[in-house]
Amino acid sequence: MTYIAKPKFHHPGLKKNELGYTHRDYEGKISTLCAGCGHDSITASIIEACYELSIEPHRVAKISGIGCSSKTPDYFLGNSHGFNSVHGRMPSVLTGANLANRDLIYLGVSGDGDSASIGFGQFAHSIRRGVNMTYIVENNGVYGLTKGQFSATADRGSKSKKGVTNTDNAIDLVAIALQLGATFVARSFSGDKTQLVPLIAAAIRHKGASFIDVISPCIAFNNHAGSTKSFDYVREHNDAVNRLDVLVGRDPISVDYAPGTVQVVEQHDGSRLALRKLDADYDPHDRLGAMTFLQKHAAKGQIVTGLLYVDPDAEDLHTHLDTVETPLNTLDEKALCPGSAVLDKINASLR
Amino acid sequence: MSVQSPISSVNDFVVRFANVNGSGSASANELFARSILRHGVPVSPRNIFPSNIQGLPTWYEVRVTEAGHLGARGGVDMMVAMNPQTWDKDVASIEPGGYLFYDSTKPMPSSKFREDITVIGVPLTAITNSTYTDPRQRQLFKNIIYLGALCALLDMDPKLVEQLIGEQYKGKEKLLSSNVHALHLGRDWALQNLKCPIGLRVKKTDKVGDRIFLEGNSAAALGAVYGGATVCAWYPITPSSSVAEAFTSHCKKYRHDPETGKAKYAIVQGEDELASIGIVIGASWNGARAFTATSGPGISLMTEFIGLSYFAEIPAVIMNIQRAGPSTGMPTRTQQCDVIACAYASHGDTKHVLLFPEDPAEAFEFAAAAFDLAERLQTTIFLMLDLDIGMNHRLCRPLKWDDARQYDRGKVMTAEMLEEGRDFGRYLDVDGDGIPYRTYPGTHPTKGSYFTRGTSRDRYARYSEEGAVYADNMQRLVRKFETAQDMVPRPLQANAAKPTKYGVIYFGSTSPAMDEAIGILEARGHQLDRLRIRAFPFHSSVASFIADHDFVYVVEQNRDAQLRQLIVNENGIDPVRLVPILHYDGTPITARFIANAIGDHQDHLKVTPLRKAVS
Ligand SMILES: Cc1ncc(C[n+]2csc(CCOP(=O)(O)OP(=O)(O)O)c2C)c(N)n1
Ligand code: SF4
Repeated sequence: MTYIAKPKFHHPGLKKNELGYTHRDYEGKISTLCAGCGHDSITASIIEACYELSIEPHRVAKISGIGCSSKTPDYFLGNSHGFNSVHGRMPSVLTGANLANRDLIYLGVSGDGDSASIGFGQFAHSIRRGVNMTYIVENNGVYGLTKGQFSATADRGSKSKKGVTNTDNAIDLVAIALQLGATFVARSFSGDKTQLVPLIAAAIRHKGASFIDVISPCIAFNNHAGSTKSFDYVREHNDAVNRLDVLVGRDPISVDYAPGTVQVVEQHDGSRLALRKLDADYDPHDRLGAMTFLQKHAAKGQIVTGLLYVDPDAEDLHTHLDTVETPLNTLDEKALCPGSAVLDKINASLR
Repeated sequence: MSVQSPISSVNDFVVRFANVNGSGSASANELFARSILRHGVPVSPRNIFPSNIQGLPTWYEVRVTEAGHLGARGGVDMMVAMNPQTWDKDVASIEPGGYLFYDSTKPMPSSKFREDITVIGVPLTAITNSTYTDPRQRQLFKNIIYLGALCALLDMDPKLVEQLIGEQYKGKEKLLSSNVHALHLGRDWALQNLKCPIGLRVKKTDKVGDRIFLEGNSAAALGAVYGGATVCAWYPITPSSSVAEAFTSHCKKYRHDPETGKAKYAIVQGEDELASIGIVIGASWNGARAFTATSGPGISLMTEFIGLSYFAEIPAVIMNIQRAGPSTGMPTRTQQCDVIACAYASHGDTKHVLLFPEDPAEAFEFAAAAFDLAERLQTTIFLMLDLDIGMNHRLCRPLKWDDARQYDRGKVMTAEMLEEGRDFGRYLDVDGDGIPYRTYPGTHPTKGSYFTRGTSRDRYARYSEEGAVYADNMQRLVRKFETAQDMVPRPLQANAAKPTKYGVIYFGSTSPAMDEAIGILEARGHQLDRLRIRAFPFHSSVASFIADHDFVYVVEQNRDAQLRQLIVNENGIDPVRLVPILHYDGTPITARFIANAIGDHQDHLKVTPLRKAVS
């Protein structure tokens, strides 16, 4: 595989934000994901949110684990540093980076395989520590990069592309984030830019651990028959895909619907998701209420989307550790080394 | 039975305290060791403790050594037997002519003693119970009372002990006076009822000099403070926990902003070792100096990330306080058994820099140096301590710091350099030393950003799975490792008084026992040149040292001769020329062990061939 550079051509008429940056300044390399992958829509929303916030692109550090979703930081904010770490361990790397320099914006991108299985512990602990970050899980219910195994967010009873039935219960990362004390918790759908862009923007602005679970259809592995989410007609396509080992691209799914309503979204495989957008009068300051609301609608088979909970006065890990305002990575020997006179005293106390 | 005359020795003997874990004896025993130091007599104490919090046996051994031998000696001249559970074994371990000190409150059958030792009974429980009513006080002061009795028996100056107690309880007058009172209770009883002093004595001298007395873990933690570490992430594991705990307390003292009172450091107790090393890598990637401290099992968990650090070239410092493995092995016993595991940690072709300090002073120096090396080489640096150095107090030279010293932040391209139009390729070998430039995140609006990943990429950090590109990168990593050879602490060589064909290689905590063993071997007629290895990659002098000798012994504290394996592997040396001397029962290696093992081998070499003898 080779690296595909995007042509650096800026149309003079492109709209600029407050800082004078155009959309292009927030883009990255050309995506190598399957055409129609929900992850690409999330990438577009991140670009949009950063543009709208007039963030200086290079002041963002984008950190991910391993998986199709974790590849995406390469596809946005080309002028910022990215870090594709190891499978499931994005949260610890991000925590360390954040401790080193509290002045940057930290964007953590992960998959459901990455965060709900191998990285479940790290997901939980970064949230409970209140690391100041925007933690986005691109949730497709499968392991995309390793070709279609169940992830821990897959519904019980659903079938994999190979026809295996999932007998394990699903983990709801949003419910867990709420329980762990995340101070910004949201769920959205990759195709609902109207909802997702402001959510990402708000999460970036939030000081503390922001968590957004984004349902993101996988064209390659929920494109099969027999899952709880599919229709027979897909089989035809499926055979072709398997034989040729190429993926037939689809248009990304997009939706736009009013707050307070339920929207049924048909995925690439014909399966349906019932998305319920939170009503405008929903109170997002009530953690307990959010948990109940979520469970109540889950029982009805609905996936609640929107900003479920936010604590506007949240503190972050730096506050808890009472660290200096100056980023730790800029402190020099003068600030850090106690010097020889102190060492002499230490020596004297050890005799 | 032969009549054994009691051992008579001034400033050269071993006292071992056999206690029950959790009985509060540790501070009294340490006080004993420190008191001897105040007499100007070097000591070398060692904790021998089980992997248990309460109830199991624990020993504390104090080697009193005017000659300054700081390794373990082996054998016990006086046993302070305070644990009925281990009585038989404790009594059996006393050297012939040695002394047994015990609590004689309850009578013991004569079968419980030995005839070839001197038995000293002090009714400690009776004395304690008649003075104190509170059970905890009884337990704690009993320890101070035996310390008092030992003062009389060993002819120690009670003033020096009082002075130490005074320093310990400064500002806590009540505790101070009650401890001094208990000390005198024991001392007076012994003076009145026993023949004092015995054959073992402590006499004032001036052999301690300006040396300091501290544990390796604390020294390494202080090295991290001086070396500029600002981020520490760790997960509790014996014997490394005290590194992070000491770092925390040093930071509390020395690392707060005087104006705001805020911390110039961040310490996180990770949820596990995976997170700890992840935090270190994230922080170092972002330009802070970061470290973690762990032990063998933690290293096992960290290896995936260590591979990332190696391949993506991110600085990291790992302090590995080795204990006896594999698996949980003997978590509270010492070994040098992670040499191979750390040298080649992770999958694929990897090699890492290891530093082997011999004592707390070097632990301090190497810890501070590790941060320079990590940033200079942009890779993981292992500081390889072990329980013997890490958790025991050692006498060592005072710690030193040059105030003119500046941190070596390595090759970092700044915004100005990028503005000048310098070519930035994250993995470009601009200087031919294998070390590329890096940029910190957030450096420049349009230049110098790159994507860090564990996947193969070209010199400009662009993802590539081209075979030639991958190989080119792997070759550069080898060049970088070669560069490291001249940056790490060099081996130290000491030659025998007379020219010899034999040499010995050793490292880390083996050092004091080796120094002493050389003397014993000389007395036996064996001359050895010695080389103390202080780091991996090996400096070229290691190969030339081996080339200069017919045989070289390699002394180490593990079963599989790991350092020897590494030398053979890395330097292509015929293994026959390297004779392994291995000690791995979890106790610290002793001079006696080394001298016997090498001495026997040497004697064997000296045997005149039969043909020559008859002709
Ligand atoms: C330690 C380790 N185990 C397994 C893998 C293989 N692996 C790569 S990506 C992946 C799953 C990715 O799934 P997810 O996070 O859901 O992302 P998606 O590809 O679906 O976006 C796995 C198991 C790995 N890279 N490292
Ligand atoms: S396999 Fe699925 S998750 Fe991966 S790129 Fe293709 S559609 Fe997206």
